Amino acid sequence: MGRMLRLVLAIAGKDIRLELRTRTSLLSAAVFAALMLIVFNFARDPTAVATLDLAPSVLWVTVSFASVVAMNRAFTVERENAAFDGLLLAPVSRELLYLGKYLANLVFVLVVEAIALPLFVLFFNLDLSKALLPLVLTLLLATAGFVAVGTLFSAMVAKTRFAELMLPVLLLPFMVPPLIYAVKVTVPLLAGRPLSEVIPGLNFLAVYDVVFLTLAILLFPAVVDE
Amino acid sequence: MTPDLGPAHAIIRRGLVLTILGILGVGVVMVLAVQFTPVEARQGLAQKIFYIHVPSATVTLWIAMPLTGLASGLYLWLHDLRFDRFAAVSAEVAAVFCLAVLTTGPIWAKPIWGTWWTWDGRLTLTLFLFFLLLGYHTLRAALRDPVERGRFSAVISIMGVVLVPFIHLSVYLWRGLHPQPIIMKPSAPSLPPEMLRTLLTGIGVFILMYVGMVTLRYGIQLVRDAQEAADAA
Repeated sequence: MGRMLRLVLAIAGKDIRLELRTRTSLLSAAVFAALMLIVFNFARDPTAVATLDLAPSVLWVTVSFASVVAMNRAFTVERENAAFDGLLLAPVSRELLYLGKYLANLVFVLVVEAIALPLFVLFFNLDLSKALLPLVLTLLLATAGFVAVGTLFSAMVAKTRFAELMLPVLLLPFMVPPLIYAVKVTVPLLAGRPLSEVIPGLNFLAVYDVVFLTLAILLFPAVVDE
Repeated sequence: MTPDLGPAHAIIRRGLVLTILGILGVGVVMVLAVQFTPVEARQGLAQKIFYIHVPSATVTLWIAMPLTGLASGLYLWLHDLRFDRFAAVSAEVAAVFCLAVLTTGPIWAKPIWGTWWTWDGRLTLTLFLFFLLLGYHTLRAALRDPVERGRFSAVISIMGVVLVPFIHLSVYLWRGLHPQPIIMKPSAPSLPPEMLRTLLTGIGVFILMYVGMVTLRYGIQLVRDAQEAADAA
């Protein structure tokens, strides 16, 4: 068990180190998220639409698009110098390889969200004093699910020619159920409703996470093995 | 060397016959719906589209998608390209039927709901299911190597089949505008016998059409694959 965890962390660590040294995709994904929030702010008529009515959708649209941008890099970086072949030759089972990649992706997307959330609160002038913890939990649960699918898909699309376009086309339908529930949870949270109202939505997100993470682990060998 | 395409042509002929029978069957269902089924009390004639809309949805969700998923799973297990071919053509027919659901739905919705489209949970997710099928075909088109194409599209379709229950679940969790299931539900079907008869005939006809179209498309794909192999050689 300890050895497996070390291997997963080693793979994730490699990706995170690579990103910390180049900073290209993380930075561009974060800037992308900030720009989206700004564009959304201009796309509404503040006299006609109340901020609170629009805020949940804005948050989740921003999160989903920025995540796709962040996830695209996971396997496209491995294309250079056939780095992925080296990774496949390493004495690591495919499942652990997937988990390492998954963990790195999860960290990226969560970092992007951690940058976007304060900006979101700032731009939309929200009071999150009570809703912050449940909202962070919702972000974690929703992100954990679609990053699981996204990591699997980005390994496939990296082998096609239009990977950057192919990933959103394949992934967005899978992001929709968690996003719908995440929005459904966010609306009562931002309106200051009691927590008991959002429990079914959070349960759904957790079930989605477990099902799709398991499935992605099982299917990953079929994606990478020749 | 030209490969023997006799069996493929036989499959195409069989598929053509079944498809034509299916199309004639749709005519029968229409006559049955208009002439021999009572008019629904509140919705009037608009409800007649139900006998086309529901069968196409049923075949997409309960037959075409699961069979595509099953064939994909079998392909990953047995690595037999025939399963991949079947999954691909079944997904293609599923996309056609899904499009039929998405066009007949709004035609009914306009007089009954007063709007062509609403972002009701089930409508939204059917639309995304359609995009899922489009994504599946886009991915197939972007991959050259048949073995890799088979594996990747099998992965996508298995993921897609698992997504369907989440879609169904969301329908039950928040009831929107869309009518609730009337046959596939825990209690007995709540439909007058004449309507149920027409609906079940419709479902039967659409299954026949699915079988016909899949057979036809499978035969055509056999010819295409043989051509591709001959070109490569």
